[in-house]
Amino acid sequence: MCLGIPGQIVEITDEARMMAMADVSGVRREVNVACVLEGDIGDLVGTWTLIHVGFAMSLIDEEEAASTLQALKDLGEAQETLKQMAEGDAALENPSAGAEKPEVSA
Amino acid sequence: MKFASEFRDPAAARALLAAIAAKADALGATRAKPIHIMEICGGHTHSIFRYGLDKLVHEGIEFIHGPGCPVCVLPRARVDECIELAERPEVIFTTFGDAMRVPGSQKSLMQAKAAGADIRMVYSPLDALELARRNPAREVVFFGLGFETTTPSTALAIQQAAREELTNFTVFCNHITVPEPIKALLDDPHMVLDGFIGPGHVSMVIGIHPYDFIARDYAKPIVVAGFEPTDLLQSILMILTQIEQDRAAVENQYARVVPDDGNKVSLAAIADVYQKRPTFEWRGLGEIDASGLQIRPEYRAFDAEEKFGIGYAGVRKHVPEVEGTACGQVMTGRMKPPQCPQFGKGCTPEMPLGALMVSSEGACAAYWQYGGVRGTSAGTSAGETAGEAAE
Amino acid sequence: MALRDDRVTLAHGGGGKAMRDLIEEVFTDVFEPPGMEDQARLEADALSEPGAKLAFTTDAYVVTPVEFPGGDIGKIAVAGTVNDLAVGGAQPLWLSAAFIIEEGTEVALLRRIVATMKAEADKAGVRIVTGDTKVVDRGAADTLFVTTAGVGVIPPGRDMGAGHVRPGDVAIVNGVLGDHGATILAARGDLALQSPIQSDCASLGHLVDAVLAAAPDARAARDLTRGGLASALNEIAGAAGCGIEIEESALPLRDEVVGTCEILGLDPLYLANEGRVVIFVPEARAEAALAAMQSLPEGTGAAIIGRAVEGHPGLVHMHTAFGGVRIVDMLVGEQLPRIC
Repeated sequence: MCLGIPGQIVEITDEARMMAMADVSGVRREVNVACVLEGDIGDLVGTWTLIHVGFAMSLIDEEEAASTLQALKDLGEAQETLKQMAEGDAALENPSAGAEKPEVSA
Repeated sequence: MKFASEFRDPAAARALLAAIAAKADALGATRAKPIHIMEICGGHTHSIFRYGLDKLVHEGIEFIHGPGCPVCVLPRARVDECIELAERPEVIFTTFGDAMRVPGSQKSLMQAKAAGADIRMVYSPLDALELARRNPAREVVFFGLGFETTTPSTALAIQQAAREELTNFTVFCNHITVPEPIKALLDDPHMVLDGFIGPGHVSMVIGIHPYDFIARDYAKPIVVAGFEPTDLLQSILMILTQIEQDRAAVENQYARVVPDDGNKVSLAAIADVYQKRPTFEWRGLGEIDASGLQIRPEYRAFDAEEKFGIGYAGVRKHVPEVEGTACGQVMTGRMKPPQCPQFGKGCTPEMPLGALMVSSEGACAAYWQYGGVRGTSAGTSAGETAGEAAE
Repeated sequence: MALRDDRVTLAHGGGGKAMRDLIEEVFTDVFEPPGMEDQARLEADALSEPGAKLAFTTDAYVVTPVEFPGGDIGKIAVAGTVNDLAVGGAQPLWLSAAFIIEEGTEVALLRRIVATMKAEADKAGVRIVTGDTKVVDRGAADTLFVTTAGVGVIPPGRDMGAGHVRPGDVAIVNGVLGDHGATILAARGDLALQSPIQSDCASLGHLVDAVLAAAPDARAARDLTRGGLASALNEIAGAAGCGIEIEESALPLRDEVVGTCEILGLDPLYLANEGRVVIFVPEARAEAALAAMQSLPEGTGAAIIGRAVEGHPGLVHMHTAFGGVRIVDMLVGEQLPRIC
């Protein structure tokens, strides 16, 4: 039910049957692109799709992917700031304390 | 971008784990009184254990492993029916690898194959179609297993078979749907659930609105999640945030793959080829209304049940569970695998009594394989909630 | 040349002239065994050294398809037998090779396989000194089955074994994992994968020699054939009674193998390798052993992947690239492609 992996469409192999060649890290398999076909099948070349049981089932939205990664990055930076603030607090309270600090914020 | 490894960044993981821990603390979640989050989909169960998320998250978060494993909910009688079909000399029985080792009442498909049945593993229903084209004198039956993620592919294969007027291709349809069993669980007074991690690839097909009832009628948050570890952690954080804000909504963490309204072509194919059965048997959950699909009369030429007079078109048998097993309890999150009296005793991966020990998504297999849990801790009665169990 | 058939028939297994012609032209003309008796008669000075041991192994090779990118059943037969001896610290010397041939197999195919076996044997410094052929009915064998036996000598004072591994010892592999398994999966055709990967099949006698020269007290070596790295590590952990910990980020893996595994839902830790070993050495020798491996073509991708530890005896743990820990269990049966 769930094993779907991102693959890039690199070639259209059979327009009538809506088949295309997908590339996953250098390994290729023919997939059916009926689910992601809107307009010209040639437009799919170069796109990234989610592949499951030999079908490209969804187009991967690169902007959404980038924004998810950005959100993670921002969270990382926010946590880093929180951590530094907490370490700063601890240092003020206890100037001779070592650098060890628990993960969870106070 | 390759859309996979970027979502496994350990630095992002640390940040997410810290944020989750902060919120869990703020909510007063502890090991003894945890926040219960059900991951519905078996693929998420697999990811959680594969990346060790169960050990990494704050101890106040408890994962309740849901019934979204199509192999795990396959009744034993259904496996028997597969074998019955496969043993017919004219039949080439094709199936995904996942189903091969599930025990029926006598044997598994793997064992039936060893005994001479022509059973072949395929990666795609299109491969089964090709087998049918190449073997006109044989009857090719494809075992259509899976939730809505996989349902469109068999529907499209049937439509293709119809266009080509193939007369030797049928599907033994075992497709099931996600929203109905979730409702059944939510209606169960014994279930303690605080939020849901929604199935990422099912939602890619059906969209996120079929889950509206969870937030609206049961006031539980549900976040549709991707399968990479940061996807899961981010989704957990989103659930906790909702709880913190006393909200219940459907959110889409996996927006890069899941369109809010699902996939038009898939939904159209499903609607064209399938209709809901009045009721369907789920292993461990019993009969659930409108939760299983059957092939519409227009496509009955491609329906293995009709062609061979089997399953819901034949004489249905109910095969009881093996004595002492608690598959249903584990599958619905009411019990953890080690609490099943047979875990590690009569039921091991080498000699499984039920599908949860065989399926790569099954909670029992995950605990055994990734978690290294070997023995049963049974001694507690079957009715207790997972939260009261000692690890 | 007396052999005129282009396909093997049951006559070629009958013991008469047809069989003699097949054996001579296809096998013995190429392998050139010493003498033409039913048995090879061999002398080895190395064996008569006090404390030296005879090492003796046997293997059966069944692979479909028999020819695949990077090798064929013959190459894995020679390399596999050599490696079984080498991982015990033995100097491989002589091999036998018995062939069970399905009626209808092309003679040209047999010639190709024999040629690769000769080439591989020469490379590994061993001789194929005796053998046998049988022909079976169509359908009774999948083209060709090859069984081998191999003999070598373990010099005095050398005693490698999984039981010798102890906490602190470092585990090294000689290159990227899973190439052979991934190649066979793609070559089978029924999964319709197009893949540039080739089998990693290789004889590793020289590699093990080089490591033992740099680290004479190397504890144990195992080749990573069926069941892959995971199975070998579990065997070692079990025999040694200690735990093993490996780092996911240290595992050398080709992108294409990772891609193959992701498509099929497989774990590269369990894929077969035909030219890979894991060697455990004392920590003090790890750098030297690694350098020794990397100096040879069969070891350019060598990497330290983990170590033996005191904790969790008998179990193998992996620190995931993500920061978590998971157990790497023994395989139950065969790994099957999955869609869930």
